[in-house]
Amino acid sequence: MKPNLLELHDLSIRFRTENGTVDAVKHVSLSMREGDSLAIVGESGSGKSVTALSLTRLLPTPPAEFASGRIMFEGKDVLKMSAKEIRAVRGGGIAYVFQEPATSLNPVFTIRSQIAEGIRLHRPDVKNVDEEIVTWLGTVGIIDPAKRMLDYPHQLSGGMQQRAMIAMALSCRPKLLVADEPTTALDVTIQAQILAELRRLRTEFGMSLILITHNFGIIRGLCDRVAVMFRGEIVEYGDTASILKDPQHPYTRALISCVPRLGAKRERLQTIDYGWLAKA
Amino acid sequence: MTATLATTSAVVSPAPDSPLRRVARNFFKDRVALLSLVVIVGFFAVAIGAGILTLTNLPMPMQPNATNLERKLLPPNSTNWLGTDNLGRDVLSRMVAGSTISLTVGFVAMAVSLSIGIVIGAISGYLGGWVDNVLMRIVDALLCFPSFFLILTAIALLGPNIWIIIVVIGLVSWTGTARLVRAEFLTLRESEYVRAARAMGQSSPKIIFRHIMPNAFAPIFVTAVISIPDAILVESGLSFLSFGVPPPQATWGNIIADGKTYILDAWWLIVFPGFAIFAASLAFYLAGDALRRASETRPK
Repeated sequence: MKPNLLELHDLSIRFRTENGTVDAVKHVSLSMREGDSLAIVGESGSGKSVTALSLTRLLPTPPAEFASGRIMFEGKDVLKMSAKEIRAVRGGGIAYVFQEPATSLNPVFTIRSQIAEGIRLHRPDVKNVDEEIVTWLGTVGIIDPAKRMLDYPHQLSGGMQQRAMIAMALSCRPKLLVADEPTTALDVTIQAQILAELRRLRTEFGMSLILITHNFGIIRGLCDRVAVMFRGEIVEYGDTASILKDPQHPYTRALISCVPRLGAKRERLQTIDYGWLAKA
Repeated sequence: MTATLATTSAVVSPAPDSPLRRVARNFFKDRVALLSLVVIVGFFAVAIGAGILTLTNLPMPMQPNATNLERKLLPPNSTNWLGTDNLGRDVLSRMVAGSTISLTVGFVAMAVSLSIGIVIGAISGYLGGWVDNVLMRIVDALLCFPSFFLILTAIALLGPNIWIIIVVIGLVSWTGTARLVRAEFLTLRESEYVRAARAMGQSSPKIIFRHIMPNAFAPIFVTAVISIPDAILVESGLSFLSFGVPPPQATWGNIIADGKTYILDAWWLIVFPGFAIFAASLAFYLAGDALRRASETRPK
């Protein structure tokens, strides 16, 4: 049995603001083994992105503060790491793909120089960086990568930008890829392509993946396990198939019912009904 | 399947187009910009030429400091194109010699103030918090002093040497740059690509200089260009008040200062160096302004 790649124990994160403190994440515990894929699902403000960013301490502190708990990555406590250690984990251990590819790429550099930066930082032994870039751009489905890598971000379409972001993340050979709403900013056909790409990369490289989303519709076939977050807490946690088939928590049921189903009778789209909160 | 899907997203994109190249293209389309650039290049050619002649002791058509009391206060004529001053020195030669001083002062003082301003502004904007507070209060305190009098005081204490003047001008004029750089950094620090760079494990210095600085380059460059005439004007002002570069070294300011006594009899002593100051300053201001316009449209 492989050791756990990532473990969150009783993680709580608070934001201290002028208008009082906000508990963004409350007593979250999770664990992942190498090769696992986990979806964290929840609405805006449920703490899913904060959880993802906390994995490499990317939250600005202050105002954020770790109120309790531990984050163990490959057996080491992320919260106790030195600045140098944490920088090695960022990108090299845990790499991110963010929501907005258009603004996540630096507008003044070519794709090539941005990807090269990560490779030089985390894989100094790579001799031919250009070749490596071409390989990874090709891997994520960019046609004619040798030519495209000389482009500036604004010369690429949204889908290609997101592919470039994924290539940039993967080229550092991370143990874990965290995709924070990777398809939200893209239109539906491109969404499908990017998700197919992630699915393929997962089977090809056995990469561990955390997918952050509010959309239950996109996790089927991509993530083995699901953690449903609501108001900073994990309200349901289990494997994808059984949760989709038989959701236990009313919030999970509400989220699933928000996804319009193909072939279903045309009716009003569902929104989340918080009626269960009053009962609980 | 993925391959066929991917082809649909391949767009026809134009040849690689760096932001720098785009700014240059916009700049050269601008007639005012071109004209001011020509003027600046002209001043430069003269200043560098004169500098070389002075340093190498090569023969000059006319020595800027050679006096000839028989030919004093002559209006522009075929030998002395811009006339002579009260000691019979050739005004054109003195102005040419002065151009070296003025441009050196402008550029070096700009470099000094820019380096300080960028470093202080970058640290302040990137780190924020109490560091930002302390640095910005220092800037505020400096801004409370009228900088010209600060410079006068410093020169009165340290003595009027051209390098001291340059450094002192630089030391009192970095506050504007610092504020500007800080403001740029405050915005860019929160940008997604800076977050992405941090998530890649980049160190803070690398993020500051490689990811943020190039994006703040346009406004910084514009202030740099505009701070050149400021320094030139300050130096002229100092020379006019005879706190500047000590005589007999000619500068545009002290030619005017020497000539002001004869303003009613010898207009050429005031008008020509005055025009040189005016033209150089205007050219730099216009070039800076054109640069700002050229860099305004940013890529999405």
